[in-house]
Formats: sequence, structure tokens, C-alpha cells
Amino acid sequence: MDVLEKLTILTDAAKYDAACTSSGGNRTAKKGMIGNTSSSVAGCCHSFSADGRCVTLLKVLMTNRCIYDCKYCVNRRSNDTPRAAFTPEELADLTIGFYRRNYIEGLFLSSGVFRSPDYTTELMIRALRLLREEYRFNGYIHAKAIPGTAPELVEQLGLLADRLSVNIELPSEAGLRILAPDKTKEAILAPMRQIRTRNLQSKEELIKYRHAPRFAPAGQSTQLIVGATSDSDFHILRLTQALYQQYRLKRVFYSAYVPVVEHALLPAKTVKPPLLREHRLYQADWLLRFYGFRTEELLDEHHPDFDIRLDPKCSWAVAHPEFFPVEVNTADYEALLRVPGIGVTSARRILSARRTGSLRPEQLPRLGVVMKRAQYFLTASGKLPEGLRFTQDGLLRRLIAAERPAPDFQQLSLFDAMA
Amino acid sequence: MTEMIYLYDGSFQGFLCCVFDSYAYKEVPTAICCDEDSVPALFDTRGIVTDQGHAERVYRKIVKCSPYAASLLQKCFLTCLPQREMRMYHLVSKLLKQGSGFLRDPSDETLYPVLRAVRHLEGEAHLLKGFVRFSQLGDVLGGEIRPKNRVLPLLRHHFCARYAGDRFFLYDRTHREVLFYTSGQACIRPLDDFQMAQPDATEAHYRLLWKRFYDTIAIRERYNPRCRQTQMPKRYWSTMTEFQDATYFTPQSSCAAVPDPGAPAGISAPETPSGFGPSAPASIP
Ligand code: SF4
Repeated sequence: MDVLEKLTILTDAAKYDAACTSSGGNRTAKKGMIGNTSSSVAGCCHSFSADGRCVTLLKVLMTNRCIYDCKYCVNRRSNDTPRAAFTPEELADLTIGFYRRNYIEGLFLSSGVFRSPDYTTELMIRALRLLREEYRFNGYIHAKAIPGTAPELVEQLGLLADRLSVNIELPSEAGLRILAPDKTKEAILAPMRQIRTRNLQSKEELIKYRHAPRFAPAGQSTQLIVGATSDSDFHILRLTQALYQQYRLKRVFYSAYVPVVEHALLPAKTVKPPLLREHRLYQADWLLRFYGFRTEELLDEHHPDFDIRLDPKCSWAVAHPEFFPVEVNTADYEALLRVPGIGVTSARRILSARRTGSLRPEQLPRLGVVMKRAQYFLTASGKLPEGLRFTQDGLLRRLIAAERPAPDFQQLSLFDAMA
Repeated sequence: MTEMIYLYDGSFQGFLCCVFDSYAYKEVPTAICCDEDSVPALFDTRGIVTDQGHAERVYRKIVKCSPYAASLLQKCFLTCLPQREMRMYHLVSKLLKQGSGFLRDPSDETLYPVLRAVRHLEGEAHLLKGFVRFSQLGDVLGGEIRPKNRVLPLLRHHFCARYAGDRFFLYDRTHREVLFYTSGQACIRPLDDFQMAQPDATEAHYRLLWKRFYDTIAIRERYNPRCRQTQMPKRYWSTMTEFQDATYFTPQSSCAAVPDPGAPAGISAPETPSGFGPSAPASIP
């Protein structure tokens, strides 16, 4: 089988993984090495695929042969699909060839479980070692740690990669038991704990010795599948929050479940992937990470799912009239961030601009405030924006109308100020 | 006051001399142009001579008032902002008259258009860090772009670090300039025209592999061409490998059948009209 054919099979098998970013790496250019991973390319998209997703990394599987039988997965043992495997040399050649032509920022290597988790991880380590040591590749590498792999091998993987990830996939243990019978919660969490501990250790060592080996310097991430099980948004977001806090994850990715198989326990093949729901989760995730929100403020037992018509920040604002209006000339940064239509960038600009004098409503659009949302929630020098009259009832309707048209939903990129 | 149009040589130094001369003559120009033909016939013109000493004096003065303003002006000079010289001129004169306080307010009416243009420039440069495509041509990497703004100075550092041990060039067809890098040295030079040569077999093969990857990675059930176009406007497509037609994937002096570039089960990318694609160089400047 030639490389073109292998590439086709192993890309097709890898495409459902949502993670594709090169953020958090910091390898400056080194003599005799190819490439760099500086903060200046964080979030650098090399292309956008026809589904509107950012293409940053060569995202492929080492092999799509798998001894497991996860019900939701195209690569499961019982699925009749063409199988292939890269040799370490083929993979290294492809990565370097693509990187030199500026097609990609690096490699995202995942794999089906071939023979055993350890055997598969050893294959991946061989490929990455070849790439780093023989081909002198200094670009970004994201590698998947397979649940059940021996800690020594995870250790080696972490010394070669910039970022590691262990995919949780199903947000609850019950889901796991039914749909991924070969995986256990403990097998998933063990490597996550190991990665967290080693990552912190290596950061401490780096402070003491400049040349201490770096273990997954860009941290770890994971992916949750949305819509394969009946878990609520509240459940998913609480899990996310715990992952950020307890496991120090850099990112949680959400992947709207695309029905690839008929199975009694899964949504039928005719069910469309819940893209809008996925989008709302990304927006809420953003609120947790950059806007000082907590899950419990956004959702609770009585409202376990997001209003699909409105972004989570607007929903929160509509439910908390007592917080508004916010006066842009006096409010602190945290309060500004709670106003729909004001993002991190525009909040900073407001802080800077108001030092030169009192802000008037007409200045706000030039500071990047999205007035069609923000106008209902703020005052500038005590004044509401020109000619604005609305009732609490009308508010919801107007905000829904101000939402972006449906086809534009997408995974938020690093540079989206979620205004 | 008479209407006066300044004519300068189109360099940043030349622009600084326009500022210098306007203070020397105690007049405010109506417009600042670098192309005589674009001057309306009825206006008086003053030819501004570029004097290194004058330029330096103005520049030092600006830096003293605000280093931020100085870097903003340098960047604004690279943008495609209409009447950018006059906008920059107003910024300088406001700075010299009032001091740097107004620079903290991004909504200031003199600052805002300049800031917006600079953000556009920086945004375009950021996108192009990803969208530039290089071809391996002998022992040189070569690429071509058609940006709206003069982004080469902003891309220089990034690509020189990425290809530190290599030789490469990047041609800006819009502004007819080339960034050339070899053994640790980079320069940007005007280059009027230039044709790329055909790829060899290895190069053609990598192009094909990339297109196949691109067409395969998209998920059919999530197909969303509008979102793609918002993220990656069509004007960038003409120099990107994934949107070229079949000839782009055919190696030089080969009439062997090449596999169809598209992916059998993927979403084949639309082609941009042929004749637009980057082709490889006949000679290096
Ligand atoms: S282990 Fe991974 S590749 Fe194998 S069936 Fe499960 S999800 Fe798919």
C-alpha cells in the first residue's frame, strides 16, 4: 500500500478528534533543528477544512487497527473498514515534508490500540523519537496517551511531545460501561494524573536547572463527545470545571457526535450531529476560562441544558436583571466582562480609554463593543444608547434576533473575542 | 490658505520629510502623494526631497513623544489605508501639539482609523503565517502571496526563525516585492516580475499528499462552506495548494498519469481558476 493510500485511510480515521491547536508550545528556533514553536504562532491555522474547522496539525493515526470495540467509533474491531499502519519513517517523512512547505504547524498523533496499549505506544514513541532525534524536528507534537499504557511509556511519550491528551470521550461512567466496555474510568484517569504530576515537576525542575528535560510543556487536554449519551450540559460543564481545576487541563474539546454506526444504544444514523449544542458548550467553556464564570452560575439542576437560541452569557444576563445596567465609566474589569457584547479586548480598551475622559455611548463601537447585544445592559456617563426603549419581554426576542445566523457556528478559535 | 499637494518618493523617510517641510513652510498639505499622475491638475504641488537628516530629526522627535506612536506609524505606512499619508500626518501633528495622552483612547478620531488599518495589517500577516505555501525548488523554498497590505516586514522574523538553516524566498505579487533569506541574512527588495517553474516529481507528490489530506479531514456531516469562507476569505485561496487544479499536481516533463488529486470519500476543495496558481521560479533575484 503506498503512502497516499495510507494517508487517506489514517486521516479519515482520525478526523473525528476535535483537538487541533498548537497553543502553549514554546520551542524557539535552535541551530541544526527544523522549525520553531513560538507563542507568535499560537492559534495559527494553516487552512480551514470544508466543515469550517481550523487545520493546524497533521492529524493522523499511527494505525487504525484496534483490538477494542468502542461502539461509537469507526475504528472499532467489529467494523468492516480498510485498515492501514504507517511505518515510523513514513510518518516522519510526511511530517517534515508538510512542515517545510508550511502546510502544518506540527503533528497530532493518535492511534487505534494495536495488539496492546503498550505495543501501540512503543510504535508511537519510535516514530516521535525518529522525528525529534534523526530528523531534528523542533515543531509542535501532540500525542495521544492510550488508557492502560505503562507509566514508563507515558513518561517517554511526554518527553517527546509538547502536549499529551487522554480522551475521556463519554462524560459519565455509565456511558463508558455500555459504549466502551474495554475502557474504565480508572484507566483513563491514571495517565491524566501522571501527566499532571510530571508536568508540574518538570516545571519546578526547569526553574532550578535550565536544561532539565521538559515533560509535555504545553500541558494536557481531553475530548468529550456530546450527544452520544443523555448526559446534560450541566453534567458536562461540571466535569469540565473539575478537569480544569483538579487536573490542570489546558483545554477540554467537545465533539458533536456524528452517528457512524447503527447501534441500539446510540442515536440513529439519521440524527444530525448536535453542532449548535457543541457551540454553546464551547462558549460556556470560554466563560469558565477567561470570564470568571462558574458552572453553577450558568446552569443548575432545574436548568440543566443551555437555551439553544441564545449564547450562555446573554442567557445569564437576561436572568440577572439586578446586575445591570453596568456603567462603563466606573465598572471594574470583572463587571465589564459580564456585559454581553463586551469581550476581553474591548474591556481592556474601555479601561484604557476612560482614563482620558468620560466615555460617551457613540465611542463604544470604536472600542470594539458589539452594540446590538451590549446596548441593553450598559450606560455610558449615565446615558443609555440613543433611542433605546425595551421591555424585559422584548429583550429576549431582540437578543435572539441578534444571534449570528446558523451556518456560522464554529469551534471558537483562540483569537475569537467572545463578545 | 492655498491648497498644496506634497509629492514625495514613497519611502517612510520621504514621508517624515513631508512632516519636516510642512513645519518649515508653516503649511498643512491638502494631500500627500507619491505618484504625480494621481494629483488633480488644478492644485499646486510641492516636491519633497528626501533628506536623511531631516527624516531622522522628525523620527527622533516622535519617539521622544511616544515610542508607541513611532511603531504605529511605521506599521501604518505598510497598510492599504486610503490616504494613509494624510492620516499619519494628522496623527503626528496632533502628537506634537497635544502630547501623547490621546493615544490611550483607541476611539480617538485621529487615532482610530490608523489603529484599524494597523489591525487589518496585523490580522492579514497573522493569517498568512498559516496560509503561505512553500514549494521545494532545488535547494530553495519558494512561495508567493497576494496580500492587500505590505506584510513582508511582519512575516520576516517568523519565517526566518522557522527556516533558520534554509534558503527561501517569498514573493508579494501585489506590491512586487520579495523577501529573500539565505544563511542568516534576510532582505526585502522590489522585484517587478517573476515566474515560477514547474514542480519536480517529489514536490508534485507532496502537493498531492497535502491535497488528499485536506479533502479527507473534513467531516461530511458538518459540511459548512460558509464558515470556511469567513475564516479563510476566498482571496487567499489562489495561492494555496489545496485549491489548485490538476495541472498543479503534475510534475515537470512528465506525461505519466497522475492520480486524481481529490479524495474518493472526502470533500474535494473547489478549484480556483488556473493561471493564477503560484508557479515555481525561473531565477532567484
Ligand atoms: S480504542 Fe480508540 S480506536 Fe479503538 S475502538 Fe475505542 S475509540 Fe476507537
